[in-house]
Amino acid sequence: MHELGIVFYIIRDVKQVAEENHVNHVSAVVMDIGEVSTVVPHLLSDCWRWAADKEDLLKGCELKVNLTPAVTHCDGCGREYATVSYGKTCPHCHSENTWLLRGNEVEIKEIEVKDT
Amino acid sequence: MDEIKIIEIKKSVFADNDQDAARLRKELKQKGVYLLNLMSAPGSGKTTTLIRTINLLKDKLRIAVMEADIDSDVDAVKIREATGVPSIQLHTGGMCHLDAEMTQQGLDNLALQDIDLVILENVGNLVCPAEFDTGAVRNAMILSVPEGDDKPLKYPLMFTVCDTVVVNKTDVLPYFDFDLDRCRANVRLRNPEARVIPICAKTGEGVKDFADWLLQEVRNWKQS
Repeated sequence: MHELGIVFYIIRDVKQVAEENHVNHVSAVVMDIGEVSTVVPHLLSDCWRWAADKEDLLKGCELKVNLTPAVTHCDGCGREYATVSYGKTCPHCHSENTWLLRGNEVEIKEIEVKDT
Repeated sequence: MDEIKIIEIKKSVFADNDQDAARLRKELKQKGVYLLNLMSAPGSGKTTTLIRTINLLKDKLRIAVMEADIDSDVDAVKIREATGVPSIQLHTGGMCHLDAEMTQQGLDNLALQDIDLVILENVGNLVCPAEFDTGAVRNAMILSVPEGDDKPLKYPLMFTVCDTVVVNKTDVLPYFDFDLDRCRANVRLRNPEARVIPICAKTGEGVKDFADWLLQEVRNWKQS
C-alpha cells in the first residue's frame, strides 16, 4: 500500500505547481505509470479519491493514469524486448545480461485546469 | 464556455524525496553518523539479528536504533532491554514505508553528536520500503530461509537496492527447499555487487560476519 504515500507526494507537487501558476482548482491530474513500477493503478485511484477530496484545490479532481510499457535492453545481442513477457532473460539470445530501459517511472505528466 | 488549460509538469513523484534523502546523507556525513536502512519481510528475524549484532558492536561503536512500525512499540522496548542502547519507535500512521522526511524527524529525536551508527529497522515489507530512499548510507535486507531462495526473483526492486543480503535462520536449512548457491545466483541477477551473509540469529552463527562488515562500513564512512 505505498500508493497512499505516492498520493501524498502527488498532492504536494500539484499544490506547488498550482500555487506557482495561481490556480485555485485543478480538474485532472495526468500520471505516466510504468508497467513495472510496482504501483497498482486502481489502488492509486482509490487512495487519490480519499485524499484529494480533502483538499479544496483537488475536490472532485480526476486522476488519469497512462500505463507505459516496460522495455528491457539486452547487452548480449543489443535488442530490446517486452519486460513483462520475458523478465530478466532475453527472448532473442537467452542472455541474462539485460537492464530495464523504461517502465519504472511514476511521473506527473500534466495537470488540467478549467480556464474560466 | 470553459476551456481546459494544460500545465505540463513531467516530474517523478520521487524527485523531492530523492533530494531530501541526498541532503540528509550529506548532513550525516558532516556529523560522522552512519545510517543503515534494514529491511525485510515480517518475521524474518530483524529484531533478533539486531540484538545480536548490537551486542557484538556496542563496545566499539556508539549505536542507536529507530524502529519503524505501523503501530506498537514492542520492538523498541525489546531492543532497549536486550542491548541497553537508545532505541526509539517511529509510527508510520498506516503507511507501509518510511521516507526521508520521516527518517529525518526520527533522527531529530536522537543525540546524534554522541552516536556513530544509527540502524533504521524499516517496516516489515518487501515491496514499498524499496521505493523510497530514506537517506541511509547503505541498504541491507534480511531474507529468512523459510521465505524461499526465489524471493530475489519475485521482489526485484528490493534486491536491486540492497548492498547486503543477510540470509537468516540457516539452522532450518535441512528442512526447507532452500539452496544457498541458488539464492546467491538470484541475488546476483538483481545486483551483481551485493554481498550475501548467511547467519543464524538464534544461535549467533555468522552474526559476527555481518557485524564486521558493518563496523568496517562505519569506519570507512567516518574516515573518508
